[in-house]
Amino acid sequence: MRWWWWIPLLLFAGFLGVAAYQLTQPKDDLVPSAMVGKPLPEFELPPAAEGTSGVSTADLKGGKPRLLNVWASWCLPCIAEAPQLERLKQEGVEIVGIAIRDRPEDVAAFLARHGNPYARIGADDLSQVQLAIGSSGVPETFVIDGEGVIRYQHIGDIRAEHVPLLLEKLREAGK
Amino acid sequence: MTVPAFAGMTLFLFGLMAQPLTAQQSLPPAPYAYRQLEDPAKEAEAQALMETLRCLTCQSQSIADSDAAMAGDMRHQVRTRIAAGEEPEAIRTWLVERYGDYVSYAPVVSEATWPLFAIPLLLLAGAGAILWRRLRRVR
Repeated sequence: MRWWWWIPLLLFAGFLGVAAYQLTQPKDDLVPSAMVGKPLPEFELPPAAEGTSGVSTADLKGGKPRLLNVWASWCLPCIAEAPQLERLKQEGVEIVGIAIRDRPEDVAAFLARHGNPYARIGADDLSQVQLAIGSSGVPETFVIDGEGVIRYQHIGDIRAEHVPLLLEKLREAGK
Repeated sequence: MTVPAFAGMTLFLFGLMAQPLTAQQSLPPAPYAYRQLEDPAKEAEAQALMETLRCLTCQSQSIADSDAAMAGDMRHQVRTRIAAGEEPEAIRTWLVERYGDYVSYAPVVSEATWPLFAIPLLLLAGAGAILWRRLRRVR
């Protein structure tokens, strides 16, 4: 038998090895936004609850970097993230909220119970702005620089260990 | 069990099933999430596009197949844009600009995917060459 007859079998074994290795790897469920590095699309959202203001692209431009937090009162991880948003607010960060498919009374109840770190909250009833910025779930948090360009995306709830990273990204965006 | 009682219970069970365990929204679905477009030709265009767009929260379903709230909002967006006269491929491009190739099930030849198209052709050519040599030898 000639040695090169083994090549197809070796190739197949190599393929099996790659497949077996991939099976042991945790599944990556995150869908990163392709909008990072691009300017925010134009939008204008009405206020999500009484006593807050709506959000337009102009509110996210000018002067300093801000956080854009995509959330909802029906979203459980958003409750877990509320204290971290409060911490970021105390660090002097302006947080703009977008509430997805939410009722004004539910938003108000959530804020009364878990605190209100938001400078303003827009209501995105049809997920139109969520789709326009490439967000695929709640909660997600975007760092927006003073020019209105998306600089960083955090997928999932913000935990205590993520706060320094977000502050660092905000500082970078402010340069 | 009497027939009306059985029917009543079945209805009750279906009622329970209609309530998702963890609600993904507190609002009713978007207007065009479950409603077809009035123009059958446009609805067919929208349907064909929706079958090739990935539901981002469920990931293994198309937005045409998924009952996730976000898939409903994506269907609403696709239908209203097609009703407004936008080309299906323009809508696909708009979504790919936001979510990458991942959002589309329609295969494209790109820098990362060209081997998938090239390797079968190479294998076929190789097999053809071997066969041709063998057959020539036999004759």
